[in-house]
Amino acid sequence: MTLLAERPVRESAPAAPKRRKRPVLPYLLIAPTLLTTAYLLLYPLVRNVVISLQEFGLPQLVRGDARFVGLANYARVLADPEFWAVVRRTLWFTAINVVLIMVLSTLVALLLIRLGKWLRLLVMGGLVLTWATPVIAATTVFQWLFQSRLGVVNWALVALGFEEYRDYTWFADGEATFGILVALIVWQSIPFAALSLYAAMITVPQELYESARIDGAGAWRVFTTITFPLLRPMFGLITCLEVIWVVKAFVQIWVISQGGPGQATTTLPVYAFQVAQSLQRYDLGAAVSMLMVLLLVLALLAYFRQLYRQEREA
Amino acid sequence: MIGRISRTTAALLVFAVSVFPVYWMVLTAFKPTRDIQSATPTFLPIPITFDHFGTAVAAKGFFSFWRNSLLVAGGAVLLALLVALLAAFAIARLQWKGRRGFVLMVFIAQMTPWEALLIPIYVIARDTGMLDTLWILTLVYFMMTLPFTIVTLRGFLAAIPVDLEEAAQVDGCSRGQAFRKVVFPLLAPGLLATSLFGFITAWNEFAFANVLIIKDQDDRTLPVWLSSFNNTFGTDWGATMAASTLFMLPVLLIFIVLQGRVTTGIVGGAVKG
Repeated sequence: MTLLAERPVRESAPAAPKRRKRPVLPYLLIAPTLLTTAYLLLYPLVRNVVISLQEFGLPQLVRGDARFVGLANYARVLADPEFWAVVRRTLWFTAINVVLIMVLSTLVALLLIRLGKWLRLLVMGGLVLTWATPVIAATTVFQWLFQSRLGVVNWALVALGFEEYRDYTWFADGEATFGILVALIVWQSIPFAALSLYAAMITVPQELYESARIDGAGAWRVFTTITFPLLRPMFGLITCLEVIWVVKAFVQIWVISQGGPGQATTTLPVYAFQVAQSLQRYDLGAAVSMLMVLLLVLALLAYFRQLYRQEREA
Repeated sequence: MIGRISRTTAALLVFAVSVFPVYWMVLTAFKPTRDIQSATPTFLPIPITFDHFGTAVAAKGFFSFWRNSLLVAGGAVLLALLVALLAAFAIARLQWKGRRGFVLMVFIAQMTPWEALLIPIYVIARDTGMLDTLWILTLVYFMMTLPFTIVTLRGFLAAIPVDLEEAAQVDGCSRGQAFRKVVFPLLAPGLLATSLFGFITAWNEFAFANVLIIKDQDDRTLPVWLSSFNNTFGTDWGATMAASTLFMLPVLLIFIVLQGRVTTGIVGGAVKG
């Protein structure tokens, strides 16, 4: 499928000679999409910008007479050390997650290629099962796995001889909660990345591998000189997508910890929501979320550049 | 030989790690409470009980949450299909000025960071009196699934040869008839697959359901109910896991129905367009 390349479209009806006027039909057909997008996507986005430029708290929400304050909300957010702590945490959270996702997915994809048919189907089946697990169900299960008294993880750790994990309360400790969230997101993200990479890897011609092996190249060398360079665009695309998904991960964090304990797991989307919902400062929340959008746009631009390049090469 | 053994071990490890949480969920749902609370967990479903499912289903409002989720997800998917089909036809079959710009817009819309729009949509819902109604959720999910639906349907449409339509038109069909009688039957499997994926997106959505339905607890959807299950059932993990299992069931069924398309369809739709 192509994004930007023009696909030749043939005139379907026998071309009438007098057909010079601009056809209306296509515009009628896309009108519902345009209207929907304008009202349900563009308008909320513009509204978010407007709110972020207003003084908008609970009174304004009720009475509706918000006044413009220019960039005051942004100035306040950007001057707040807490905001920068959240930004640093978000970047750190994203980096850990994406590196783990990409490394592990690559390993799984390389493993899939080398497996026999039955084992491969088994592993792929497992991955699809993980993929099919709804975020909320997975989040609830992880809470149960890491439960302090009856959780199976603590039981296993104690059985392995780590006595200090008896009744250990994971969710009371900031770093432990952070670690569980990383585990959860990586676990959920691997199927998509691994299966996409696997699908790309099987397109690499076998002869290339064979000749490399005849030349005596080891597995690592084959990967760095053949697989990775050939699939660089695919790696780029998936990395961009994962960055975007991890930065805006909200549900897992909100349900497990609401950003706590303390602020240990408050990332940008969680912070924006906390500020808006708990403090009822919708203006500041909107400003934070606009700053997050800015961060995401950078990742998106990288993504579209990759996509465009790949389309051109394809 | 050593390579083969280590590959097999690695494969089994990957399988175990990906399956274990789901296995543990289902296992807990079927375990008697006595076994759930024993100091040494059991790893096999012996003996099994359906008590927890009974508790979950008997929970207050269970069926209305189930119905709400179905209504919202179903409504959103139907709207998206209808609107997307028109747009997909325009992109895949017609030549017009602004087509490339429109396709680009759809791709950008697909990447919308919805998490950043929670606040304005809450405010808009409040202003328009749609807060605490299923309408606003249906509309939001409709917009969430629309770009993906357009992109996927366009792919399916492009795969159907134009010649078929032309032949029908030569045989005297109008353009509309040609579409209804020739293209639509060929498109039906694609429509089904696309709508099921849209359904999963809407079925699983939590953030907006959590923000937009506040006062009227009867209008909640399943994901929000599930997230508050701990509060409802205290530490009854058997019932919580039974509820999670029931919630996951439709999604799993859809994945099984679409098994072949899962990898090609989603990967194609999300990455390559």
